[in-house]
Amino acid sequence: MLAQPAYVHPVSPVTDTRKVVVDIAGLNKYYSAFHVLKGIDLKVREGERIVLCGPSGSGKSTLIRCINRLEIAEQGRILINDTDLSLPTREASKVRSEIGMVFQHFNLFPHMSVIDNCILAPMSVRGLSRKKAIELAQHFLTKVGIASQADKYPSQLSGGQQQRVAIARALCMEPKIMLFDEPTSALDPEMVSEVLDVMVNLAGSGMTMLCVTHEMGFARQVAERVLFLDGGMVIEDSPPEEFFNAPKSPRAKAFLAQIVH
Amino acid sequence: MSLAELQNMFLNPDLLERYGPRFIDGLLVTGKLVAISFTLGALLGLLIALGRLSSNRFLRSFTGAYVYFFRGSPLLAQLFLLYYGLGSFKGFWQDVGLWWFFRDAWFCTLLAFTLNTAAYQAEILRGSILSVAQGQREACKALNLSRWTAFRKIILPQSLLVAIGPLGNELILMIKASAIASLVTIYDLMGVTKMAFSRSFDFQVYLWAAVLYLLIVEVVRRSLKLIEGRLGRHLQ
Ligand SMILES: Nc1ncnc2c1ncn2[C@@H]1O[C@H](COP(=O)(O)OP(=O)(O)OP(=O)(O)O)[C@@H](O)[C@H]1O
Ligand SMILES: [Mg+2]
Repeated sequence: MLAQPAYVHPVSPVTDTRKVVVDIAGLNKYYSAFHVLKGIDLKVREGERIVLCGPSGSGKSTLIRCINRLEIAEQGRILINDTDLSLPTREASKVRSEIGMVFQHFNLFPHMSVIDNCILAPMSVRGLSRKKAIELAQHFLTKVGIASQADKYPSQLSGGQQQRVAIARALCMEPKIMLFDEPTSALDPEMVSEVLDVMVNLAGSGMTMLCVTHEMGFARQVAERVLFLDGGMVIEDSPPEEFFNAPKSPRAKAFLAQIVH
Repeated sequence: MSLAELQNMFLNPDLLERYGPRFIDGLLVTGKLVAISFTLGALLGLLIALGRLSSNRFLRSFTGAYVYFFRGSPLLAQLFLLYYGLGSFKGFWQDVGLWWFFRDAWFCTLLAFTLNTAAYQAEILRGSILSVAQGQREACKALNLSRWTAFRKIILPQSLLVAIGPLGNELILMIKASAIASLVTIYDLMGVTKMAFSRSFDFQVYLWAAVLYLLIVEVVRRSLKLIEGRLGRHLQ
């Protein structure tokens, strides 16, 4: 097991003075006639670690995909670091490249070696030299414990290793915010913890993280807030102890009862 | 039957001496014709494939009609249309300074073959581009790669791996279909064969032609295997 990082204790939303890095207001998203997100308001502060959970189809993926504009919401606004990413400005593009994302199915580039997966965007988007990019990649591959596999292709790695590469690849852009969409749910059970350990470490380093996950152990250990989504709305937003021990809504109660066993 | 008789029947030394060099020339002409038109067709085909996949409605329907026409009519008809059809507007081509092109059977054949194979290659490429997993595009977007970089570095290499088999088939079909060029006075492999037959009345020249076509196809088949192995390194 990796060392347990020290955590900031959850602070009251009112007295919290950390900078708001994700500011979502009145977000509505439709898939044709289907109303997926129904007026989401959400503020995420710098270094905050948020776990999103909720039943399948509640809109968790859609919400975090709206943040880095993989999905475009019809109504509402999203400011990242006070920047509206829907504007075609340089600033918007820069801020956008500071949002990292980790997918359920890794989405590594299968025709490229691990190291090439990691250096492509730093070179092409950030304009780093190859040498610098490789140094950076080696640094993060070491952090996720996979430096020795740098020259392998993704298909030669286990699921857990692939997901750790995907995390390293995202980190090579030196993001300010990391989004995770069920990063462990495609993994064999014995590989879940190696990925969670990496995420716990990352949380310890002060990264702002939004994680869609049903790993409740992770949520208890790392999250400052747990958001419970249902039917496209955030119906619970509370610190983990409160969410797990005394969920307010019956929906959340039912949900927790279901995933406990 | 003695060995000499057998040889005379299939590989007559006199005939070989008289027409052998011509066959080599014909082989080279066929190779050049196919190589040039297939390569140009690949470039044009890629553009057409992108047009077919574009979000622009005009581009989509234009390229769609192009593919529909060139796949829906015989190559022979297309070649004749170009060479005899367009070639009959001599005055017009002279005015626009393109008569040197449309007068020449070689250029017309190259053009017809290029336009035709482009349509087939476009469909192959379109399908293979669509076959690349959606997650790959999402990963590119999440890394903020430009659309061009994403296409060049991620989408295209992966789709070529899918396309290489069907593209190889198209190349082989093209090699065989190129015999049509002999109908507009080109001395390609089939052209020299016809010429040799009309002078010698010995059917064995057609056998030579068949073997030589087979030989090209075999060389192509093996090269494709090599390329496929290279593109698919990561799958081993
Ligand atoms: N591209 C799409 N087109 C149409 N409907 C979609 C699309 N993507 C998602 N949906 C629908 O939107 C709803 C919310 O989807 P979303 O993926 O955000 O849910 P989720 O909470 O992440 O669920 P899961 O736990 O299954 O991943 C679902 O009902 C889904 O069927
Ligand atoms: Mg989801």
